Amino acid sequence: MNSIDPGTLFFAAIFTNNILLTNFLGLCPYLAISRDLRSASGLGVAVVFVMSCTAVLNHLIYHHILVPYDLEHFRYIVFIIVIASFVQLVEMTVERYFPALYMVLGIFLPLITVNCAILGASLFMVIREYTLVQAAVYGAGSGIGWMLAISLVGAIREKIEKSGGLPKGLEGPAITLIITGMLSLAFIAFSGMIQIQ
Amino acid sequence: MARVKREKTLGQIFMNGIVEENPILVLMIGLCPLLAVSGTANDAFGMGVATIFVLVCSNLLVSLVRNFIPPQIRIPIFIVIISSFVTVVDLTMHGFQPELYKNLGIFVPLIVVNCMILGRSEAFAFRHGPVRALVDGLGMGIGFILVITTLGAIREILGNGTITLFNTELLNLGENYKPALLFIMPPGGFLTIGFLMALKKKLSKAA
Repeated sequence: MNSIDPGTLFFAAIFTNNILLTNFLGLCPYLAISRDLRSASGLGVAVVFVMSCTAVLNHLIYHHILVPYDLEHFRYIVFIIVIASFVQLVEMTVERYFPALYMVLGIFLPLITVNCAILGASLFMVIREYTLVQAAVYGAGSGIGWMLAISLVGAIREKIEKSGGLPKGLEGPAITLIITGMLSLAFIAFSGMIQIQ
Repeated sequence: MARVKREKTLGQIFMNGIVEENPILVLMIGLCPLLAVSGTANDAFGMGVATIFVLVCSNLLVSLVRNFIPPQIRIPIFIVIISSFVTVVDLTMHGFQPELYKNLGIFVPLIVVNCMILGRSEAFAFRHGPVRALVDGLGMGIGFILVITTLGAIREILGNGTITLFNTELLNLGENYKPALLFIMPPGGFLTIGFLMALKKKLSKAA
C-alpha cells in the first residue's frame, strides 16, 4: 500500500504531477475546447466532478468486485463502461433537475467519456495501489489540475487571438501546443516541492 | 467493382490517412499517447505498432458487425470492441516485450480512449465495407506511426544525442554533444509537436 498523506497527494496531483502537463492526458478536448476562457472553465468543472466520482466508483468496483473474483484483466473494459454510464447518468440527472446548470455544462458532458484523463486517473489509482481516501483526493486533485491547465491556456489563447499578429502557420493548435509546452515548463518548477511517483 | 457512385479507390483511402487527413497533424486526434511515449524513437515505434494493430482490428470488426448494431448504442459497443483488442495487445506485449511494456506503462491500456480509434470506427468503419475499413485503418495507422516515430527521433536526438530503433542504436552524436534534457521531459514534447504542426501547415499551403 502506498502511504502518502492525502493532503500532500492532493497538491501533488494539481501541481507537480499535473495530469495534463506532465502525463499528457486529456489533450484532445483540451485542444478543441480551449478557444476561450468561458467554455474552457465550463468543461473543466465537468471534468473535476466526473473524475472525482469515477475514481471512487472504480476503486470500489476494482477492490470489491474484480479482485475477489480474479477478474483484474477485465478492468479496462469495466472502467470505461463505468465512466461512460456515469457520464450518461449525470447528463440525464442534470438535464432533469438542474436545467440552468445543464445549459452551461450540457454540451461538454458527452465529450468527457473519451477524455483519457478520466480513465488515466482510474488506472493510475490501481497501479499505485491507492487506498479509497487517496483515490478520492487523487481524482479530485487531478481534475482540478486539469481545469487549471485548460483555463490558463483558454485565457492565454483568447488574449493572443485578440491581439493578432501571429504567423499563419502557427495559428490554432500549433500555438496552443507551444503555449502548453511553456506552461508545462513553468509547472516543472513546482516539482522541487513534492514528488509522487 | 463497377460502382456508379464516385467512391474513393482503395489507394486513395490508404493515402488519405497518411497525408490529407493525417490523424495527428491534420485531424489532431490521438495526441495523448503520441506525446507521452515519444521520448525515444524505440518506444514511439512500439506504441505505433500497438496502435496500428488495435486500429486495424477494431475497424475490421466494427465494419463486419455494423449491420447488427443498433445505432443508438453504437458508441458503447465500439468501446467494448476496442478495449477487447487493447487487452489482447496488453497481454501480448507483457509476455513478449516486457522491457517495452514497462516503458509504455499506463499508455498501453489508454489506447482504449485513443480518440483516433473511436473516431475511425464512428466516421469510417461504421459506414463502409470490411475491405475499405481495413485499408483505412492501415493508412491512418501508418500516418500515426510515421509522425510518432519522427517525433520520438527528434526528441531523442536533441534530448539524449542518440537515435535508437528496433533496440539498436542508429546514430550517436558522441561525447561532445551536450543533450538538452528538456526535450525528453514533457515540455519538449509539447514544443516539438507544436512546431511540427506549424511546419506541416506551412508545407501543405506551399504545395
